[in-house]
Amino acid sequence: MSLRRRSRPGESLIQGFLFFCGAFSILTTVGIVYEIGKEALLFFGDPEVNGWKFFTGLKWQPQAGEFGILPLLNATLMTTFFAMLIALPLGLCVAVYLSEYASPRLRNWLKPALEILAGIPTVVYGYFALTFMTPLLRLLFGKDVVDIYNTASAGLVMGILILPLIASMGEDALSAVPRSLREAAYALGATRLETAVKVVLPAALSGLAAAFIVGVSRAVGETMIVALAAGAGPNFTFNPFKGAETMTGHIVRISGGDLSYDSIDYNSLFAIGMLLFFVTLSLNLISQQIVRRFREVYE
Amino acid sequence: MPQTLSPQYAIQAKNLSVYYGAFRAVKNITLSIEQRKVTAIIGPSGCGKSTVLRSFNRMNELTPSASIAGEILFMGQNIYAPEVDPVEVRRRVGMVFQKPNPFPKSIYENVAWGARLNGFRSGLGRPNMDEWVETCLRKAALWDEVKDKLQQSGLSLSGGQQQRLCIARAIAVKPEIILMDEPASALDPIATLKIEELMRELAEEYTIIVVTHNMQQAARVSDFTAFFSMDEDRAGALVEYGLTTQIFTTPKDSRTEGYITGRYG
Amino acid sequence: MKNPLPNPLQPVFEPEVAQRNRLAAVWRLLFRLSVAISLGFLALLLFNILNQSFGYAALTTKIDPASLAVNGAALQTLGKEDLLKILQAKISKGRLRQLDRELPLSERSREDVYALVWQEVVQPEVAYTWPLLDSLWRPAAVRAEAAARYPQAQLTFRSWANASFIRSSQSSDPLNAGVRTAILGSLWTIAITIVIAFPLGVGAAIYLEEYAADNWLNRLIQTNINNLAGVPSIIYGMLGLAIFVRTLQPLTSGAAFGVSDPTTANGRTILSAGLTLALLVLPLIIINAQEAIRAVPDSLRQASYGLGATQWQTIWHHVLPGAIPGILTGAILAISRAIGETAPLVVVGAATYITFDPSGPFSKFTTLPIQIYQWTARPQAEFRNLAAAAILVLLLLLLSLNASAIVLRNRYDRK
Repeated sequence: MSLRRRSRPGESLIQGFLFFCGAFSILTTVGIVYEIGKEALLFFGDPEVNGWKFFTGLKWQPQAGEFGILPLLNATLMTTFFAMLIALPLGLCVAVYLSEYASPRLRNWLKPALEILAGIPTVVYGYFALTFMTPLLRLLFGKDVVDIYNTASAGLVMGILILPLIASMGEDALSAVPRSLREAAYALGATRLETAVKVVLPAALSGLAAAFIVGVSRAVGETMIVALAAGAGPNFTFNPFKGAETMTGHIVRISGGDLSYDSIDYNSLFAIGMLLFFVTLSLNLISQQIVRRFREVYE
Repeated sequence: MPQTLSPQYAIQAKNLSVYYGAFRAVKNITLSIEQRKVTAIIGPSGCGKSTVLRSFNRMNELTPSASIAGEILFMGQNIYAPEVDPVEVRRRVGMVFQKPNPFPKSIYENVAWGARLNGFRSGLGRPNMDEWVETCLRKAALWDEVKDKLQQSGLSLSGGQQQRLCIARAIAVKPEIILMDEPASALDPIATLKIEELMRELAEEYTIIVVTHNMQQAARVSDFTAFFSMDEDRAGALVEYGLTTQIFTTPKDSRTEGYITGRYG
Repeated sequence: MKNPLPNPLQPVFEPEVAQRNRLAAVWRLLFRLSVAISLGFLALLLFNILNQSFGYAALTTKIDPASLAVNGAALQTLGKEDLLKILQAKISKGRLRQLDRELPLSERSREDVYALVWQEVVQPEVAYTWPLLDSLWRPAAVRAEAAARYPQAQLTFRSWANASFIRSSQSSDPLNAGVRTAILGSLWTIAITIVIAFPLGVGAAIYLEEYAADNWLNRLIQTNINNLAGVPSIIYGMLGLAIFVRTLQPLTSGAAFGVSDPTTANGRTILSAGLTLALLVLPLIIINAQEAIRAVPDSLRQASYGLGATQWQTIWHHVLPGAIPGILTGAILAISRAIGETAPLVVVGAATYITFDPSGPFSKFTTLPIQIYQWTARPQAEFRNLAAAAILVLLLLLLSLNASAIVLRNRYDRK
């Protein structure tokens, strides 16, 4: 019987196909950077467009040749701020409860319930913002104060969407803190609260920071809630009860209409998309880096 | 039933049984631990040594399914009585664990944390926090090694140093009893020796109960030894308890003799 | 030999345990409250949908049905012949011919003709709708309000999500509009997504877990996949617009195959939408499948190699059968994400208004979430009711998908 190496063409073929599958994701990234970058470059290359004014201009009026990103960016930051205002404290408290207080049985009920909240399509949240949150805000603060479309409503509902994300990532981070640290705290006479807040929370801080960053990234990229509830039309305002269009909301509104290719409007969407891509990408990279460091400490 | 408090006992277990769910891990232990002595609990693995130790400061409660029957008296008071706060119990009955588990904080903070938590008050004629941290680190025989790097992370120390830091942390809240759960089993022989020396020194001031699977260690450091074994229904039980010299030279029970002479275990 | 202690005096402790326990109790209450609030949001969200899906509606009619009575017989008692006569008398010749073309009037049932008379002649319109809560809680007040504000109107309790809502196509008349086109569009799109993303995703997961050596290229692939999972969905929409709709237009419009749909003739087709969603869920499928493959114990692989199996034989006969429930569960979850996606499809170019069923991958498309988006964005209140009903349908679809994932997981967990 020969022990010589045999060639197995079938095996190589399969392996080749599997490698293609793995490498395909690289093509997706290249596609995103190339296609969006190409159109964005066309936009910045247009004589009508001033790259400096893109980042500093306070007006986004394509008809008037004004392409200042700040109104859109400002609205994005406002909705993100309101989202994190809800999601961060509630998400953290839920995470602490799940990891430090809840019995395993209760946890087995609560986590799927939160997964349901996270699995509801965002357009449904948009509907909720428009038909529940906005009327509620108008009831509380008066119809003269709160517009029908406003960034506060969209942001607050976005917070509900992001809450389960923070809670679940936060719980992962807290649970990764070794049990021995909790025991050490208890053995010194710490209460459950002191153990959770003064020992476990600080030890999981980087993991929690990563959850926060992913939450921000998610809020920045969230589209349907702001498209439905935040208002249609770029508006540079710091009043959360006024309508203002976010970056994503603008992309969706313009591309949903009749849009002619190769127009400056079309290209401008890709310039916004490019900015959006880089902002979310850097946030995700930072959070992954933090998580990796965090894991190194405890594994 | 009222207990006549006999002052030389730090802890008395009366008919103590510990359950995990329906499983009885330890049954009917009755044991009186002398004050300011080192008491060793030895026995084969799985015989409930650690379970008994953890019931002395109500740490077993952190396991959701655990429950106990019987009484444990700390200075004559039943620590499982409904009005007793486990937080108060654990402050006065400290614990050092098998694996060194310093907090991911500075060396100084590791010692100061528990003291601050428990309302450390400095004042005229009393030590301030810096002095107290130094006192505890000196008592744990660690001061000379760390005095120049108190702000470094406790995790940067070697295993043996970490364990001594954990001992300093435990004594910083002025407990009356220190429970040690195989404190040297994760350490090398030299570090082990240091911990053993430390136990003898600490016994001048504290009651020490140490669980160990290392018989030589028990013989070297302890004044009293309790030998636990597993009975036929897999529950841990106390076989023999007495002066260490007696247990190791003239054991009364054949099972004790079998264990210390290495015939089983 | 012992060092002198810096201060031989003993400190004093004032643990104030009672006070600390009170603080702990307050915070425990706060933590519990947070959980309750989070679950409350879920309940509120679902309640809000139900509240808008059912309730009283005040309907007015263009022509009073009483005026259509023939010889004193009320409209609802008329036979098919009389109803046909009304139709012929009241609607235009062109419309009549159109209806006849759809299905000859003579072949229609009496009920069908009756419905046509209502729809084409009587033409009911929604004057106002009340949410479910008011309709149940204070029906008398609703009735009084309706009588005062809409004296002509007829008040009926209406379930906006009903059988005809699911059967009917899109319509500008809220009483006749339905989600049939949207459901079919969603199913077509998802079918394409699955066909593309599932094999690619599982293949990539097998490569990364079983073949990939730890080198820079494979680390890059892994990092890249993790990052793609975090890219906002709208970016995928822009990618789909640029690549599938524009660059690959000859393929995605079907022109290259000579089968392009005459109504579209551009790349804004079901195929483009499905491909875009496939790119979107691919990283999720890969990550989930990787986890499932990683969970297969190494001992199985070693046993297989020990018997002289090749790497692929080992994977095919031992690794995949163990991992398949996990892979499927992960894939189902990824697919449910795709079903609910809206933004990328708006960008890719979902049609705003189509009334005909999609006939294949090269048709124009709308999907359930798109339909919800458009109805929600309209100012008229009755379209909000329609949107709520469509959300109900969408949530039921997702619920059944997730339930199947859970059943799958539980069945295999027991083994």
